[in-house]
Amino acid sequence: MRPVIPYVTAALLFGLGTYGVLRRRNAILVLIAVELMLNAVNLILVTADTTVRSQLPHGGQVFALFVIVLAAAEVGVGLAIVLQLYRLRASVAVDEVPLAEPSSPNSPTEAPSPNSPAEPSAPPPAAAATPGEADR
Amino acid sequence: MTGTDALLLALGALAVGSGALAVATRHLVRAGLYLVLCLAAVAGMYLVLTAELVAWVQVLIYVGAVVVLLLFAVMLTRAPIGASTDLDRPGWPAALIGGGAGLGLAALLVDAYRWSSVPLPTAGSAERIGEQIFGSWVLPFEVLSVLLLAALVGAIILSRPDIGRSPVDQAGDSAAGDTSAEGRRSR
Repeated sequence: MRPVIPYVTAALLFGLGTYGVLRRRNAILVLIAVELMLNAVNLILVTADTTVRSQLPHGGQVFALFVIVLAAAEVGVGLAIVLQLYRLRASVAVDEVPLAEPSSPNSPTEAPSPNSPAEPSAPPPAAAATPGEADR
Repeated sequence: MTGTDALLLALGALAVGSGALAVATRHLVRAGLYLVLCLAAVAGMYLVLTAELVAWVQVLIYVGAVVVLLLFAVMLTRAPIGASTDLDRPGWPAALIGGGAGLGLAALLVDAYRWSSVPLPTAGSAERIGEQIFGSWVLPFEVLSVLLLAALVGAIILSRPDIGRSPVDQAGDSAAGDTSAEGRRSR
């Protein structure tokens, strides 16, 4: 078995994941790219387990299992955050998220969102309810 | 070049190709499906590398649970069915950093391992991995279970807007919340 093949595959997958995280605007696609990066790390761990002799046998595979569990937890919490973002702003574009603390309680609803304009049909109570949700 | 190497090469090419499509496609749902292909190819590589248990856990948790969650999120955020034009930022810095990271790491690893060959070790069957997890790695395993519980509770709290608010807020918002839910349903 030539270890260079899975190693290079993992390195290229990690590069693709990095590219996806930086390139994508949609939060779900960013999560997909993060999954690619986690998989590259798992592949490195499993390959190292077969090539490197360690004192504890199969330590790499045990770590790969741990990383898989961490990825499951991460995607659960991440998707909860994405759905909450969609509920607040009706858009999941990550570069439209205001990073600064809102100065006035109404600013989250007034922030411009170029590619998903605020629905004209949205009733005013929805706008009134949003700051309360944003405070949490 | 043995059969193992040929299999690893084929599965690696499949994984990298479908991964590239997953980060480049303009269809949201197709990105999820290309991710399935990529994860399955990586699971095949685990099998060839004799990591049986990791391969099946990968199929169960990643291809099963994680991708289903992602597709649920795609549907819940009302993603458009066809191709979308607004999924990407201008990509030069991303291509530079991603390509630099990927090719740089690949060059390092190629330099470290050349075309050397190692014998395949004993298979990582469920019995052996279980012995290791519950023998040498018990404490991280238990900590991980606490982390899973924390993630579970955190996800529930995040997705329930009525938890974690002061009672006064709750009373004031309940009427508005009802109508806003109505409005959300109607549009």
